[in-house]
Amino acid sequence: MAGFVLASALPFYYMLLLSVRSIDEVLLNPASLWVDIRTVSLDAYDRVLSSVDAGGQGFLALIGNSLIVATLTVVITLLASIPGAYAISRIAFRGRRQVSALFLAVYLFPSVIVAVPLFVIFTRLGLRGSLIGLAIVYVAHTAPVAIYMLRGYFATIPVSLEEAALVDGCTRLQVIRRISLPLAKPSVMATALYVFMIAWNEFLFALLFLVERRDQWTVSLGLSQLSGSIEVPTTVLMAGSVVLTLPIVVLFFTSERLLVEGLTSGAEKG
Amino acid sequence: MAARRGSLSQRDARTGIALITPTLVVVVLVVLVPLAWTLSLAFQHITLLNISYAGFIGTFTLDNFKGVLTSPGFYSALWTTLLYTFGSTAGSIVVGLIAALVVRRGFRGRSLVRALMLLPYVAPVVAVTFVWSVMLNPQFGIVNEWGTRYLGWDDPIAFLSQPSTALLTVIAFEIWRYYPFAFLFMMARLQAVPDSIEEAARVDGATPLQVFWHIILPQLLPTMGVLFALRFVFTFNKFDDVYLLTGGGAGTEVVSVRVFDFLTAHKDVGAASAQAAVLALVLAGYLVFQWWIGRRKNGWEL
Repeated sequence: MAGFVLASALPFYYMLLLSVRSIDEVLLNPASLWVDIRTVSLDAYDRVLSSVDAGGQGFLALIGNSLIVATLTVVITLLASIPGAYAISRIAFRGRRQVSALFLAVYLFPSVIVAVPLFVIFTRLGLRGSLIGLAIVYVAHTAPVAIYMLRGYFATIPVSLEEAALVDGCTRLQVIRRISLPLAKPSVMATALYVFMIAWNEFLFALLFLVERRDQWTVSLGLSQLSGSIEVPTTVLMAGSVVLTLPIVVLFFTSERLLVEGLTSGAEKG
Repeated sequence: MAARRGSLSQRDARTGIALITPTLVVVVLVVLVPLAWTLSLAFQHITLLNISYAGFIGTFTLDNFKGVLTSPGFYSALWTTLLYTFGSTAGSIVVGLIAALVVRRGFRGRSLVRALMLLPYVAPVVAVTFVWSVMLNPQFGIVNEWGTRYLGWDDPIAFLSQPSTALLTVIAFEIWRYYPFAFLFMMARLQAVPDSIEEAARVDGATPLQVFWHIILPQLLPTMGVLFALRFVFTFNKFDDVYLLTGGGAGTEVVSVRVFDFLTAHKDVGAASAQAAVLALVLAGYLVFQWWIGRRKNGWEL
C-alpha cells in the first residue's frame, strides 16, 4: 500500500520540490529529495506568475482564461444534460431506449474524431480563438460523461417519493424541481466538479483552437508552450506545473468523497 | 380513475420528450453533426487553404482513404496504437485490481490513501507529463541519477527518446495515470461483495489465493470487462499523453498523433478526416466484437 501511495504521489512531491529549488542547485545535486529550508526560493513562481510586460510568463492572466472556460463549460453542460439525464432515467416515452443507447454510444466516441470538423466549423464561424468557442467544444467532451453520471444517480432516487408527489397533484416539472433535483444535489455537484476538472485540464483543443491567440491561452496551453524554449529553466516549468495542478488538487481533496461516489454510481450498473 | 392515469402517463411522455429535446439537440449539434461531417470531409479534397468552401456536400472521392491506407507509416502507427492501447488497458486494470485488493479492508486514514492514489488520474495532463519527462531526464532526472548511483546502470537511459524504451515508458505512464480509474470501480464492486461467503470459504480451509481465485475474481470479472472496454476505447483515441511525452517520436506515433500532424503540419483536412474515420471504424469493429462476446457470456450489455 505504501508503494502505491509513493508511486502515485512522488511525482507531485518532486514537482513541488524542484519548483522551490534553484536551478544551479538542482544541476549540482540532482538526486536530492530534500530542500534546505534556508535555500527555498520562490523565484520560479515569481517568473511564472508575473505579467509578460514585467518579464514573466503572465500565468495569472492565463488562470483567468482557464477559469472562464471551465466555468462556462460547467454551466452549459449542466443545463444541457440534467433534463435529458432525468428523462431517460425516469420517464417512459417512445424512443427512450434508442435515445439512451445513443447517449451511451456518444460517450464512447471522444475527442480526436470530432476535432477536425469542429475545427472547420469554428474556423468558418470565426469562433476559433475565442474562449466561448472553446467552451462549446468542451461541452462535446463533457455532456456525454455528465449524462452518464447523472443518469446513474437519478435512477437511485426512490420512485415512490416522486409518485407520491405526482398523486398529490404535482406536475412532473414541479416534482423535478421540488424533489428530484434537491435529492440529486450531491450528484449534480460531483458532476459539475468533474466537468470543471476536464475543462481545466484539457489540452488538445486549446492547442488546436487558441495557439495563435496568446492573450486567450489557458494555463495548460501556456505551460506546454513554455517547454520548447531553452531560456526557461526546469524549475520555472515545475512552478508552472504546480500552478496548473494546485487548483485541481485543492478542489479534489475538498470533494473527494462526493466525486468518487458520483463517478462510480454512474457506472455501477454497466 | 383509469382514464386519469392514462392521461397522466401521456402527459408524462410529453414532458419526457420535452425534457430530452434540449439534451438531444446539444448532443446532435456538438457530437453527431461533427461526426457525420468528419465522414463527409474524409471523401473530399480539403486543405486549410480552401476550407471556406468546405461543406457537407462536395466532390466526393476515395483519394484520401487511398492516400491514408498506402501512406508510409500508417500501418506501423496502427500497430503502435494497438500495442499501446492493449498494454495500457490491461496494465492499468491489473495494477488497479492489486491496489483495490490491498486497500480493501478499512483502516485509519483510508480515505486519505485513496485520495492520494487518485491524484494521477485527476491531475492535469500537461503537468504530469512534464514531471515525468523531468524525472526521466538523462542529465539531471532523479530516475537516472538513482539508477546509475544505486542500481548499477552504466549510463543514464534516455527513456523517452530511444525506440527500445519509448513505447514501454509511454505505456508505463498510461498505467500510472489510469490505474486509479480501474481501482475506483473495482473498489466499489468489492464493497458490494458480502463477507459471509468469503468467511465460510476461509473456515473451510481455503487459502487466500483460493479465496481470490474462486470467490473474489468471478465477482469482479463483469466489472473488469466493462473497464476493459471503456479504457480500451478512451486509450485508443488518446492524443495528449503521447504527444506531450514524446511528440510521437521514437516509435510511439499513434494514429491520433498522425491525425493532428496531418491537420496542423500538412494542413490537409481531408487526409486528417480520413485517418480519424479509419480510427473510428477500427474502434466500431472492436465495440461490436466486445458486445458480441458480452452477449454470448451474458455478462455485459451495452
